[in-house]
Amino acid sequence: MDIAVRIQQAIAEKKTLTIRGSGSKAFYGNAPTGELLSTQGLTGIVAYDPRELTITARAGTTLKEIEAALGKNKQMLPFEPPYFGDGATLGGSIATGLSGPRRPYAGAVRDAVLGVELIDGRGQHLRFGGRVIKNVAGYDVSRLVVGSLGSLGVLTEVTIKLLPQPSCERTLSLEMNEIKAIEIMNQWAARPLPLSASAWIAGRLVVRLSGAESAVNAAVGKLGGEDIADGAVFWAALKEQTLPIFETSSLWRLSVPSTTPPIAGTRCVEWGGAVRWVVDSSDAPRHQALAAGGHATLFRGIGYPAFAPLSAPMADLHQRIRQIFDPHGVFDAGRLYA
Amino acid sequence: MLPSVLLTGLRRFLPKASLLTKPEQLVPYECDALSAYRQMPAAVALPEDEIQIAKILRLCHQCNVPVVARGHGTGLSGGALPLKNALLLSLAKLNKIIHIDPLSRIAKVQPGVRNLAISQAAAPHGLYYAPDPSSQIACSIGGNVAENSGGIHCLKYGLTVHNVLEVRVVTMDGELLTLGSQALDSPGYDLLALINGSEGMLGVITEITVKLLAKPERAQVMLAAFDSVEKAGHAVGEIIAAGIIPAGLEMMDKLAIRAAEAYVHAGYPDNAEALLLIEIDGVNEEVSDGIHVVHDVVQRCGAIEIRTATDDAERATLWAGRKAAFPAVGRISPDYYCMDGTIPRSKLPEVLRRIAELSKEYGLPVANVFHAGDGNLHPLILYDANKAGELTKTEEMGGKILELCIAVGGTITGEHGVGIEKINQMCSQFATPELEIFHALKAAFDPLGLLNPGKAVPSLYRCAELGAMHVHHGQLPHPELPRF
Repeated sequence: MDIAVRIQQAIAEKKTLTIRGSGSKAFYGNAPTGELLSTQGLTGIVAYDPRELTITARAGTTLKEIEAALGKNKQMLPFEPPYFGDGATLGGSIATGLSGPRRPYAGAVRDAVLGVELIDGRGQHLRFGGRVIKNVAGYDVSRLVVGSLGSLGVLTEVTIKLLPQPSCERTLSLEMNEIKAIEIMNQWAARPLPLSASAWIAGRLVVRLSGAESAVNAAVGKLGGEDIADGAVFWAALKEQTLPIFETSSLWRLSVPSTTPPIAGTRCVEWGGAVRWVVDSSDAPRHQALAAGGHATLFRGIGYPAFAPLSAPMADLHQRIRQIFDPHGVFDAGRLYA
Repeated sequence: MLPSVLLTGLRRFLPKASLLTKPEQLVPYECDALSAYRQMPAAVALPEDEIQIAKILRLCHQCNVPVVARGHGTGLSGGALPLKNALLLSLAKLNKIIHIDPLSRIAKVQPGVRNLAISQAAAPHGLYYAPDPSSQIACSIGGNVAENSGGIHCLKYGLTVHNVLEVRVVTMDGELLTLGSQALDSPGYDLLALINGSEGMLGVITEITVKLLAKPERAQVMLAAFDSVEKAGHAVGEIIAAGIIPAGLEMMDKLAIRAAEAYVHAGYPDNAEALLLIEIDGVNEEVSDGIHVVHDVVQRCGAIEIRTATDDAERATLWAGRKAAFPAVGRISPDYYCMDGTIPRSKLPEVLRRIAELSKEYGLPVANVFHAGDGNLHPLILYDANKAGELTKTEEMGGKILELCIAVGGTITGEHGVGIEKINQMCSQFATPELEIFHALKAAFDPLGLLNPGKAVPSLYRCAELGAMHVHHGQLPHPELPRF
């Protein structure tokens, strides 16, 4: 059924709709409460010319299909999106706003989004941004919808800025404690090094260097450490959270200033120090993140709201913005905030 | 005239020198860098801190008086153009760099700090602030956020929105909001993205935390000259397709080259129809490799001359011509009008052909200067404001260029903003429901519509009166509105 019609019908029947691509990230955010509205019919790459350094695809297109097409032209999505399931879609990446290990060095999902088309809670087709790299006409609604978890509309089409794949990548591992690793991650980021990922895990600092072969090799010479042969496997496992440290029923993601000292319960430090993965069955991480000037998301687990609460004026503002796009409350906004 | 109750209220907490009301004091504020539009403000307030800003806004809110915020007045779209019955709020006195943290690579600054001053203050740590609009010596960082400013290095390093971590904003009713944080993301909607490029319509920016980057080890620039604009345009796409992201990729056409050459003697080839300036930066080895790749590409694309700067002096000379392009054009014409459309790069030849046709049709010469790497065009229409009707003719031709940009899938503004200048073309780029969303977003922050009213987003009536040609999903524009 046509999505706009489905929305009109749901309004008439006072039903709530939970927008879903493949459901690969259904665990993320608060539990869905609406009837499922699938975007899996909205598939296909609409426009891709490697010379433009952009791709436009329908929201239900799988990341797999997109990355395969880009790979043929030695290009990539800059934000290295986690899939969390084979069927992961582009729309799901945008709606959850989840980025992978390359994020601190090449930008987040929102940084790469150039334009979106969506259907709002009145069933209106809307288009914001565009297919060009620079565009300041109108408010930046394309980036506003990134991470909005389907509370503002059904994404139908997205345009993304791309990057060329680096011709060479090498991964280094150095044994060190957490304090030292956080310090080094920050120090190295302030030097002109071709860093593209960093993590502290199991007593080791692991970094990835990407770029021209000559540049990567020169950096390896400067930094030292042990060269990991299957670096790509390690970063994929970190991104998809298939490493044993992520096996827990209450995983918190703390987003904090990168120089924040070690936080109790940390299993892994990522993003140059700006993300800490913490295991805790209480909501202590929420208070720790807040005290550090950041916020904590209950990434996997139950018992607490998924996202850090907003201040009263910010909550009001969110409410007003949500009502603009969804005046009838047809979308399952509770996945973000109840 | 502003209500006397407002002026009395302002005098109660603002130092005498922070409230200007005499005509001779107001004149310097009558326009921003889009000087074709002028309007004397009713009064100018120059607060010294966030508390004064909140008080000013609260008072204006109570008195129902509009407010126009202004940084250093270098904007090119009239975003800071005063309104007759509004208070002009200058952020010039909030000019302190609050602190720089070299380890976490951030600078916390007040909105009136100049863009270049941030990089200068960060330089001893080997760091810099990446976005570099050509006015960076004078423009304010607050204005950069309000306009989401770009510059020569956007393709590789992004716009302002990609380089700002946190912004403190006072809304029209005096409420303080913190958008973003010093972490890499924040819970809830990305309101930080929304405030970037919001053109002073949502709130007054009082403090900004920007990201600092490590200074590249080396930067090298190459000049490639071509005997046709098409070949130069083709080379741009080929460089990108070869997997190179230049730090800067600029293009100039013949008229711009000649004007620049006559002005700064950069040594540009005089037989070129177009030239590219390609800057590669990064780690030493990466730059060497990149320059080789680009050399091969431009040669294959038919460059008639290729030159690589071997030292910083030569690099500065090659860039001097491009950086002086606007004033250089100013020397050969009494006035010029700078456009700012962005197009998909593949449409460059088509768009240039059409601009040349329009130039002939209107009898107005056009010099073309582009940020070719990101498809951002700056056609400069040469005119003489003293000739009756020439400005009107220029504006009309400019409007056609912008509509051409929309027609090929581009946008009316890549980095200068809509302001007052491109407000009519917004009716062509967006349909009624989208414009309604924009108005509602403004109302969510500013329900009374007192911040910079009439800028950036056209009223639906304005669009209907213009009879804009936008046909959205097969429907006539604004069918619900009466037509006159």
